[in-house]
Amino acid sequence: MPKRFSIPEIASSEITPEAVYLDRRQFMRGVGVAAVPALAGLATGAHAAPTTGGAALDFAAAAPGQEGFYTDETRTPLDDVAAYCNFYEFGTDKGDPARHAHEMTVDPWSIEVSGEVNKPGKLNLEDILSGFDLEERIYRLRCVEAWSMVVPWVGFPLADLLNRFEPTGKARYVEFRTLYRKAEMRGTRSFTSIIDWPYREGLRMDEAMNPLAILSVGMYGKTLPNQNGAPVRLVVPWKYGFKSIKSIVSIRLTEKQPKTSWEMLAASEYGFYANVNPEVDHPRWSQATERRLPSTFFQPNRIPTRMFNGYEEQVAHMYSDMDLSRYY
Amino acid sequence: MQLTLRIGVFSACLLPFAWLVYAIATNALGPDPAEAVMHVTGEWSLRMLALTLLISPLRQWSGWAPWMKLRRMLGLYAFFYACLHLFTFLQLFIGWTPARILEELVERPYITAGFAAWLMLLPLALTSTRGMQRRMRRRWLQLHRLIYPTAVAACLHLLWQARSDIGEALVYIAIFALLLGWRLRRYQRKRRPAIAA
Repeated sequence: MPKRFSIPEIASSEITPEAVYLDRRQFMRGVGVAAVPALAGLATGAHAAPTTGGAALDFAAAAPGQEGFYTDETRTPLDDVAAYCNFYEFGTDKGDPARHAHEMTVDPWSIEVSGEVNKPGKLNLEDILSGFDLEERIYRLRCVEAWSMVVPWVGFPLADLLNRFEPTGKARYVEFRTLYRKAEMRGTRSFTSIIDWPYREGLRMDEAMNPLAILSVGMYGKTLPNQNGAPVRLVVPWKYGFKSIKSIVSIRLTEKQPKTSWEMLAASEYGFYANVNPEVDHPRWSQATERRLPSTFFQPNRIPTRMFNGYEEQVAHMYSDMDLSRYY
Repeated sequence: MQLTLRIGVFSACLLPFAWLVYAIATNALGPDPAEAVMHVTGEWSLRMLALTLLISPLRQWSGWAPWMKLRRMLGLYAFFYACLHLFTFLQLFIGWTPARILEELVERPYITAGFAAWLMLLPLALTSTRGMQRRMRRRWLQLHRLIYPTAVAACLHLLWQARSDIGEALVYIAIFALLLGWRLRRYQRKRRPAIAA
């Protein structure tokens, strides 16, 4: 007897993996959005809501106080924060991270903590999310390119994590590294990029232990979109944005000052400290003012930049004996 | 046919501008329109400049003279987008404070180069009419060779502001190098028989 029904056999190789399938939908959506702007040589895709992150988080809300953890300035809308950012691993256009960062796998994830610590080891994402008390911090973010935002982050003090690994007496600096995964980060495959991947950043130990310095796992109460540095990023609000390194996979405590990516690229333009300072210009542009985003063509929203991005009270003491025009 | 071509090119060159106006009006440029407008106007000024320089080789290769009729229009478009670019810089980036403008011009080489390019385009635009062309004769040709240093200054303007990826700058530099190289070769070829004679 011939079988009347049979389950069609589909080789597993013929089944479209979910990631590719999702990718295709992403692509089709992208085509529609990009068609008109492409005409003018520009794709903004500016107003799309982020497609990654957005999972609920438990945290304590920010409150006004001396610590600088809160500001009542107008917050930059979530969609703008997610649409407009620098994450060169996905391309150098501000819209590139929003377009391509979904290609990055953020779960599973772990951070390796090494160097001058008594208990080196690995922290898995689950340990990070469940092992620290999350709190909200509403910070100003000032990019070295003279634009700024106000973002409600969710995270925990960097000091909490460092203390858990017990820094030795020799630990004077902290070096951070971003994930470097060529297959998922198209910007790192650019032949003309002159960045030596992985992206690296660093802080002095006292800066790292300052209560303002946090590791963020979310913003606007939900987990971070990939382009904003999921699953874990640094936020140091008194320094230019590039110091707030994204998607961290390694934290190493060192005795010597670590090399940072932008410093390696152009030491005359980007210093190790990179504290927001309206009096010390970037060689190619002034840092005296900033465009607070969102801005419009007719109302650029240009405001004066503040010393240490307005966190002078909390951080100035760390630099009291330093010539800030030399250690920029 | 020629009129159709001219109207077609005129409209095509206006499209980026039309799109910009539409995007600004509908707030479609994202949270930081300053950067988007700067980028689009600068880029199209460069492209128009390259197209202007492409006309002479195109005429020679195709042997079709009417191409030349497009040259003034393309050149004026290059100037038009350069003006928008400069206006955007003043309006959105630094404001209209003379001291601040002067500081930018003096202290930032890529601004100096960009402004020099615009400044060189200015007399070319002013003398672009047929009347001026007739009146100035040989001097018109000499003056309009300013488009070569303009192209060089525009490339430097782009290259000197590249931060970590020089890919885009290199593409434009390669295009302008070809366009200027073609002229250099033609110039050398023209001179050779003269020397022989």
